[in-house]
Amino acid sequence: MNELSQTLTQPVVASAAWFEFAKRHRAFLASTVVLVFPLVMPFTALAVNILIYGLYAVGFNLLFGYLGLLSFGHAALFGTGAYLCGIAIVHFAWPWYAATAMGILGGAVMAAGIGALAIRTRGIYFAMVTMALSQCVFYLFYQAINWTGGENGLRGINVRTIDIFGLQFDFINPLTRYYVIAAFVILALFALSRILASPFGAVIEAVRENEARARASGYNVTLTRLITFILSGAFCGLAGALMALHLSVVPIEILHIETSGMVVMMSLLGGMGTFFGPFVGAAVFLLLENLVSLWTVHWQLIVGAVFVICVLFFPAGIWGTILKRINP
Amino acid sequence: MTTLTGISSKVILRTSGVSKTFGKFVALNNISAEFSRDAITSIIGPNGAGKSTYFNLLSGAFPPSSGKVEFEGRDVTNVAQHEFAHMGIAKSFQITNVFPLLTTRENVRVGLQAFVSRYEIWRPRAKLPGLVDKADELLALVGLWDRRERLAKELAHGEQRALEIGMALAANPRLLLLDEPTAGMSPEETRVMMDLIVKLARERTVILVEHKMKLVMGISDRVLVLHHGELLAEGTPTEVRQNEQVKRVYLGQREH
Repeated sequence: MNELSQTLTQPVVASAAWFEFAKRHRAFLASTVVLVFPLVMPFTALAVNILIYGLYAVGFNLLFGYLGLLSFGHAALFGTGAYLCGIAIVHFAWPWYAATAMGILGGAVMAAGIGALAIRTRGIYFAMVTMALSQCVFYLFYQAINWTGGENGLRGINVRTIDIFGLQFDFINPLTRYYVIAAFVILALFALSRILASPFGAVIEAVRENEARARASGYNVTLTRLITFILSGAFCGLAGALMALHLSVVPIEILHIETSGMVVMMSLLGGMGTFFGPFVGAAVFLLLENLVSLWTVHWQLIVGAVFVICVLFFPAGIWGTILKRINP
Repeated sequence: MTTLTGISSKVILRTSGVSKTFGKFVALNNISAEFSRDAITSIIGPNGAGKSTYFNLLSGAFPPSSGKVEFEGRDVTNVAQHEFAHMGIAKSFQITNVFPLLTTRENVRVGLQAFVSRYEIWRPRAKLPGLVDKADELLALVGLWDRRERLAKELAHGEQRALEIGMALAANPRLLLLDEPTAGMSPEETRVMMDLIVKLARERTVILVEHKMKLVMGISDRVLVLHHGELLAEGTPTEVRQNEQVKRVYLGQREH
């Protein structure tokens, strides 16, 4: 009996060791996946979309999965990043890197503004306040036609070449564009994994686990939330900026409420509170959307059904369930 | 010896005429009391006496409606809760409050980290020196060292309460506030906890709130009795036990 249970547990132990290895080198492993990814996708633009929405979802998950706050207004952060990057290029002829930095800053500043107002509420109220504020942001950008193009979106974000440290990359070539954007996403993932492993990462978890205890332990819960919201905004702002560079336009739909809802779905689908879960969720969501819409216009029905099945039977999400299988 | 700073004063904590109302309900009415630095003080009283409200005022969970709370001569009436740990006041809650999905060791380590690093986002926390060793030391003190790798939610009730005390000790507090530290514990667990409290009180001031009068009489130097939000009696355990009003309040009260 003892021997039997030993042989049964051995593979688990082995996979646990593998899991530890994978966990330690998660940024490296992710990079490898990112490198081969466009080669196995049906078309490169989809791979780019998955990268950008994956980053958006990862940024959202910092707040949702790690801190435990459900925002329904993250489109405002994503959209602000995209618009500010676009405006910097179209109206001020800034170089691409400065415009991208502007997008990150824009997402962070917008997060600071929304966060300052919303952070004292929690649960459903937090979701509602963030949603209402993101609607305000939508109208702000919608009305500022001279700057944003209003309903038509912001056009003319033409970046033909990207030069990094003297190297010139042809941004028109889809595969090159993918790798340039992938480099940013990998840097962002690396930064995120540093944040999660930092002292502040421990505070984020403590606040999620027990607010009253975190406060009694000497942590300023409100400030911790605000900083996390701002960090989340910076990641989403970067995702938005990359979206602007990728699409060459910023459609007004980027600020729509669906963009806020979609990222919630992606996170739940992949697994909230796991490092790669939101990325997996974004990939599955966009693949389904693109593949199913090839044979039916009712693709949302299928995606919705998959979502419901996932939430009902795999509440840990796709990636979360896989992690549990490997490392119970 | 100077008493100007209040640090060396015998009184560590003082409340002056504190009251707390919730809507029209008066939970605490005009309580003035002093807590001595080298004593275990117990706050007792029957259900609804206002013990927990008083505890929450002392520990900064919320401010009083009126009155003043002073710690080591400093007015702390409106100081935010998270500042209390940094001033040297730590507490354990009446209802167990741990970080359930973190390991027992991480619970204490996070408690220690609050005094080293709170907002650093780049340096790995594994590189903060000494925190894990210090956490293990505290876990050994509260008898949880062999449970250090377990998730806090997997611990037995008594163990979680001990863990909470370990987390409170992480603040290296001069004043330790305990709200019914033995609530829901078995007699054996209670005995262990009481021994621990006496041990901890050798190096710091302990104030505890307790429902079970019998339990604290043996270890307390001073006892405050609350009843209907008023301070009914105050004194040594013997004085309090002989107090006619206290007897009347506790008479016929079933001791749980």
